Amino acid sequence: MIARLADGVPRKGLWLLAALLLLLTLFPLFASGYLLAIGFLILYFAYVGQAWNVMMGFAGQLSLGHSLYVGLGAYAAAALYVHFGVSPWIGLGAAIGISMLAGAAIGFLAFRFGVAGVYFAILTIAFAEFARIGFDHFAWVRGSSGLFLPVANYTENDLWNLRGSPVMFYYLMLAMTAGAFVLCHALLRSRMGYYWLAIRESPEAAAALGVNVFRYKMYAVVISAAMTSLSGVVFAFYYNNLFPEQIFHISRSIELILGPIIGGIGTLVGPIVGAFLLTGLAEGLRELMLQLGIDVPGVKQVFYGLCLLLVIMFLPDGVWPPLARKLGLHR
Amino acid sequence: MPVEIYLNVAASGLLTGLVYGLMALGLSVIFGVVRVVNFAHGEMMTLAMYLTLLLFSALKLDPLVLLVPIAAVLFVFGYLLQAGLINPFINRPEHSQFMLLVAIGLILVNAQLIAFGPDAQGIRTAYSFDSYQLGPLIVDASKVYAAGAALVVAAALFAFFRFTLRGKSIRACADNYQGALVVGLNVKHLYALTFGIGAACVGAAGAMLMAVTDVTPTIGPSYTLLAFVIVITGGLGSMGGALLGGLLIGLTEALGGVLFTPSAKSMFAFGLLVLVLLFRPQGILGRKTA
Amino acid sequence: MSRLELRGVSKSFRGLKAVSAASFDVAPGGIHALIGPNGAGKTTIFNVVAGVYAPDAGEVLFDGRAIHGLRPDQVCAAGVGRTFQIVRPFAGLSVLDNVTVGALQAIKDVPAAKKHAAGIIEKLGLSAKRDLPASSLTLPDRKRLEVARALATRPKLLLLDEVMAGLRPTECDQIVAIFRELNRAEGLTILLIEHVMRAVMALAQRIVVLHHGEVIAQGTPDEVVRDPAVLESYLGEETEV
Repeated sequence: MIARLADGVPRKGLWLLAALLLLLTLFPLFASGYLLAIGFLILYFAYVGQAWNVMMGFAGQLSLGHSLYVGLGAYAAAALYVHFGVSPWIGLGAAIGISMLAGAAIGFLAFRFGVAGVYFAILTIAFAEFARIGFDHFAWVRGSSGLFLPVANYTENDLWNLRGSPVMFYYLMLAMTAGAFVLCHALLRSRMGYYWLAIRESPEAAAALGVNVFRYKMYAVVISAAMTSLSGVVFAFYYNNLFPEQIFHISRSIELILGPIIGGIGTLVGPIVGAFLLTGLAEGLRELMLQLGIDVPGVKQVFYGLCLLLVIMFLPDGVWPPLARKLGLHR
Repeated sequence: MPVEIYLNVAASGLLTGLVYGLMALGLSVIFGVVRVVNFAHGEMMTLAMYLTLLLFSALKLDPLVLLVPIAAVLFVFGYLLQAGLINPFINRPEHSQFMLLVAIGLILVNAQLIAFGPDAQGIRTAYSFDSYQLGPLIVDASKVYAAGAALVVAAALFAFFRFTLRGKSIRACADNYQGALVVGLNVKHLYALTFGIGAACVGAAGAMLMAVTDVTPTIGPSYTLLAFVIVITGGLGSMGGALLGGLLIGLTEALGGVLFTPSAKSMFAFGLLVLVLLFRPQGILGRKTA
Repeated sequence: MSRLELRGVSKSFRGLKAVSAASFDVAPGGIHALIGPNGAGKTTIFNVVAGVYAPDAGEVLFDGRAIHGLRPDQVCAAGVGRTFQIVRPFAGLSVLDNVTVGALQAIKDVPAAKKHAAGIIEKLGLSAKRDLPASSLTLPDRKRLEVARALATRPKLLLLDEVMAGLRPTECDQIVAIFRELNRAEGLTILLIEHVMRAVMALAQRIVVLHHGEVIAQGTPDEVVRDPAVLESYLGEETEV
C-alpha cells in the first residue's frame, strides 16, 4: 500500500518531504511559545488549504464559503462538549456529519439547478453568510455573545478531550496536515481523482467518457466539507471561544483559500508552501512594523495586499509549479 | 404594530434600495462587459463615501452636488485600475482574477483605515432631519433626494449605452469579444472605459449614501456582498435587473428588519438570493446563456 | 437486431427544427457515414444519440434497448463512445491521463487502465507525446486524442464527428486504416460524420444523407452518389455559394 503510494513520485521529492516532516516534528523542541503558535497556524492553513483544494484544485468547483464548514464543525463539537461533556472525537462525528449534509445540500441544489462558475461561488458565500447571521441568533450556542469552552491549567495533556498544551495541538495539527497530504495524494491517483480532473478541465468531455459529473462533483464537495470541518473542531478547542461573526465571516473563507492559490492551485504541495509563505509574510510584516515602531492599524495589511498582488501578477500558477520545475520535480 | 409603520419602512427600504441598485449597477456593467467580478466593489464604495466626507467638510457642498466630481474621480480610478492591473488578467482563470481583486480590496480597506481611522463617521446636511408626508407615509427628505439622484444617474447611463456610439461599441465588446477585435475596436480601452463607468456609478452611489448613512473602512466587504446579492437577484449583466434587484433587496431587508430582528435582516436578502439562484439562475431580468 | 436504430427522431431548438423524424439504423459491425451540408442536423443527431439532448419525439435504440433520455455518461456506459467536432481535450492533463480517464470506464483499476490507455495511444501513433500536456498538441493530434479517449472506453459503437477534417491526405489514410483494422479485428461498429469524401468512400459501407434535418437518402455509397435528391441538395448548396 505504502509502496504503491510512493510509486512514481520522484525520489528527490520523497527525501524533501521526509526532511520537511522531520523538521516539523523536531520544531517544538527548540521553538518558543510564540513560534509554536505560528507553527500551529501554518499547519492549520496548510490543512484547510488542502481540504479546499480538493473541491477547487481537483474538481474545479470554486467555493468562497468554506468558513461554513469550519464554523459548523467548530460549533457542533464545542456545543456537544459544553452542554454534555461529549469528547470532541465523538463530537467530530457530528461535526463531519453536519458539514457533509450542508455540503451535500449546497452541492445538490447548485449542481441540479445548473448553478456554475461565479454563480456557484456566490451561492457558497450566501450559505456561509446565512449561517453567520443564523448562528448570531441561535440561543443554544449563545448566539452573538459567543460560545466559550471551559479553560483551566492542565497539568497533563488530555488528548481524548483535547485539553492540553499548545505542543499537543501542534502535533495534532501536524498529524492532520500529513494525513491530509497523503489522503489527497491517494485520492488524486484514484479513479475518482482522474474523474475530478476531467470534470475540472471539461465536464462535457468527461460525461462523454462515462463520468457521472453530478455524482463526482458531489463527492468532491462532501469530502472537502468533511475535511474542513475537522479543522473547525481543532480550531474551537485550541482557541476556546467561538463567535459566529468571526468564524463564519467571509474574510475567514478568503483567508483560507489564499494559501493554495498563492502556493499553486490543484497541486499537493501548493497549499503547504502557500501556508508557509503567507503566515510567514504576515508575521514577518508584524515584526517589521514593531521594529520600525509603526503602530498604525492597516499598514501591515496594505503590505500584505501588495505582496499578494505581486505574486498573482508574476506567478499566475502560484509559487510551487515553477519552484518544482527548478528543483527538477514533476508535479 | 399599525400598518403605517410597515408602509413607512417599506418606502424607506425602496428608496435606499435604489441607491444600492445604482452601486450594483456598476458591478453589473463591469461584469456584463469585462466578465470580471469586481470583488473590490464595496471597498470602492467606501472610498467614494470618504471622499464625500472630505469634500463636504472642506467645501461645505451638498452630497448631491458632490456626486458629480466624485463620480469623475472614481471614473479615473476605475479606468486606471482596469488599464493597469486588470486588463492583463482578462484571459486568466476566475480564481486568478478573484485573487487580484481581493488583493486590491485588501489594500483599499486598509489604506482607508490608515487614512480615516476605524470609527464610524457621518455628515449632517441642512435637510438631514426633514421629511415629507404623503398621506399616511412619512419619508426622509435625504432618502428621497438620494433615490431621485440614483434614478437620474441610471437613466443617463441607459441613454449612454443605448444612443451613443461609444456606448454601442462597448455593448459590441460585451456581445462578441473576437468580433469587436476584428472590426478594429480598441477593446482594452473600451474595457477600461467600462470599468471607469462602473466605478463612477459607485462614486455617485457612495456620495448619495453618505447623506443617508455613516461610513467605516471595514464596511466595504459588506457592500461588496450586498452588490452581489442585488445583481444576481436582478440578473448579472442586466442594467434594469440591477435596479430592480436593489429595490427588492432594499424592501426585503427593511421588512425583514421590522418583522423579525434588525440584526437578522440580511438573512432575508440571502434567502432571496438562494431562491433566485435555484429557480432562475440567470436572475429575474437576466438573459439565459447556454 | 441493429446495433443502433433511430425511429422518427425529432429535435427542435427554440422552434427551429434541427432534426425531423429521422430514421435509420446501423448494423452490428458496420461502418456507416452520416453526410449532408452544414446545418443539416448531423451533429444534433450525434448529440441525441450520445445523451446530450433528449429527443422531442422518437426513439433511439442501442442493441434493442431504448437509450434516449439517458445521460451522456449512461450512454457511454451502455457502450457508445463519441468524439467532439470541436475537440475538447483535458488541456491541463497529459495525453496518457486524458486517455486513462476514458479507460477507467472499462477498467476500474487505475494501473490496469493506464496500461490499456498506453496501448491505445500506441495504436494511434501518439506514444512520443504520451507525457506532454494535451494543450501542447497540434490540431491533428488533438483529433487523434479524441479518438483515443473514446476508444479507451471500449465502446461497441463509436461516433466520430469530423475527425478527418484538417488532416493531410496521408494522415487521413492512416487513420482510415486504423478504423478499418478496429472494425475488422474487434468488430467495432462505427458511425461517422464526415465532409472528407475520400474517407467516406474508403470506409463507409452505407451512407445516410441528411438535408434540413431530414433523411433524404440512404444506401451504399454507389447508390447514394447517384441519387437525384442527393445531387440536388448538394448542387443546390453549390450554386448558393
